Amino acid sequence: MEHYSMNLKLKVWRQKNASSKGKFETFEVQNISSEMSFLEMFDVLNERLVNEGKNPVAFDHDCREGICGSCSMYVNGQAHGPWEKNTVCQLHMRAFKDGDTIVVEPWRSGAFPVIKDLVVDRGAFDRIIQAGGFVSVNTGNAVDANSLPIEKQKADESFFAASCIGCGACVAACPNGAAMLFVSAKVSQLALLPQGMPERKTRVLNMVSQMDKEGFGNCTNIYECEAVCPKGISVSNIARMNREYFGAGTTAEE
Amino acid sequence: MGFTGFFLITFLIVHCFINGMIVFGDNGETFNHWASFMGTNWIVRVMEIGLFAGLILHIVQGLILWGQNKKARPIKYAISKYREGKWYSRSMGLLGTLILMFLIVHLYHFWTPSRLGGLLGIRTLEETSLGIYNGQKVHNLYSEMVIVFQNPWIVIIYVLGMISLCWHLLHGFQSAFQTFGITHKKYAPLIKGVGVFYSIVICTLFALMPISIYLKWIN
Repeated sequence: MEHYSMNLKLKVWRQKNASSKGKFETFEVQNISSEMSFLEMFDVLNERLVNEGKNPVAFDHDCREGICGSCSMYVNGQAHGPWEKNTVCQLHMRAFKDGDTIVVEPWRSGAFPVIKDLVVDRGAFDRIIQAGGFVSVNTGNAVDANSLPIEKQKADESFFAASCIGCGACVAACPNGAAMLFVSAKVSQLALLPQGMPERKTRVLNMVSQMDKEGFGNCTNIYECEAVCPKGISVSNIARMNREYFGAGTTAEE
Repeated sequence: MGFTGFFLITFLIVHCFINGMIVFGDNGETFNHWASFMGTNWIVRVMEIGLFAGLILHIVQGLILWGQNKKARPIKYAISKYREGKWYSRSMGLLGTLILMFLIVHLYHFWTPSRLGGLLGIRTLEETSLGIYNGQKVHNLYSEMVIVFQNPWIVIIYVLGMISLCWHLLHGFQSAFQTFGITHKKYAPLIKGVGVFYSIVICTLFALMPISIYLKWIN
């Protein structure tokens, strides 16, 4: 693809802290390379702002290779921007053309309060994991691979569910602000494996109950989460979690 | 939502089947026969209470969902684009409200005069001479249909109600299965297909009833 440079207009959400009211601020950025990533474009803007003695735009980022789940920007009305199965750090500026106006917002969810500008607190996800996303097996030496047979298909499905990076795009894109795709992926990856069996029932009950406590919305099967998920986590995990939940809810002894 | 929704889906099949009896062109005799069975059989009457309970529960669940989901996103996005989320999946509350408005009109036309006629000055329906149940005369709901559907505006309200119902079902049918956790690579397309077929067929048949009476396709 041919390299080109562009000038862009950015409308970025600025918010001092969780309790203050935010608003959009407009910036012009010049001479942006089509080969930059979206976050590098923000680096260019922020360097300029720092040089001008202004407050740079705060945003989350870590690995910048699409696997850590830190970056979280709602770009032109889509979580992680216009590319499919992609994080915003892997969105490249060739997705835009000269003269474009780009609107950048943080994830908007009551359960993800804005810390500053585009940075949100996704601690709600950590608390859901703490409620049940673990197994009570002994640590230590790795056991022999053949001591615990696992069906190939189940192992694959578990791995697919485990590829969730917990970025929160599902919550951000869901018209209801529901966290079902994330929670169902975390429930599924363990419910499919023999190692997950001891806490199978309490896990789904506790994680769903924590999800509700955090104030996420309710799933109405719109499937927007699956469409924006950088890892393509399937909504069949949500169906599995519903089955697990009905099963556990009617038979768990606690 | 799924359970009550599915319950209401099964009701629509029975309702559509019985109302389909008007096509016989026998001045509604077959239809009135079935309608009077539905109106007098005590098992059906008990089920009717369950139907209203299911309907009210469905509405209450919907309102709770709507309230909680609104609270889950206190600040809205300036722009949101959807990749997969269909407009009707996102507008179930609006479609449901339209269906409820239609339902109030519909119950006023047929249900209240037939069930509560005579009470508190509610109008009563004329009776047929069918005399099939213990020699008692039954309400002529067929002639009520013919009277009501002479007004083109009412026909339009009924057709709009069915269009809303169709969109509501297009989402609701497959959504109920997902809620129950019934999904599989092999038969998910089948569920989806049956859902689309069901929604379109049921709503088209219902919409054809006022249209065909208004246009005198049925005598």
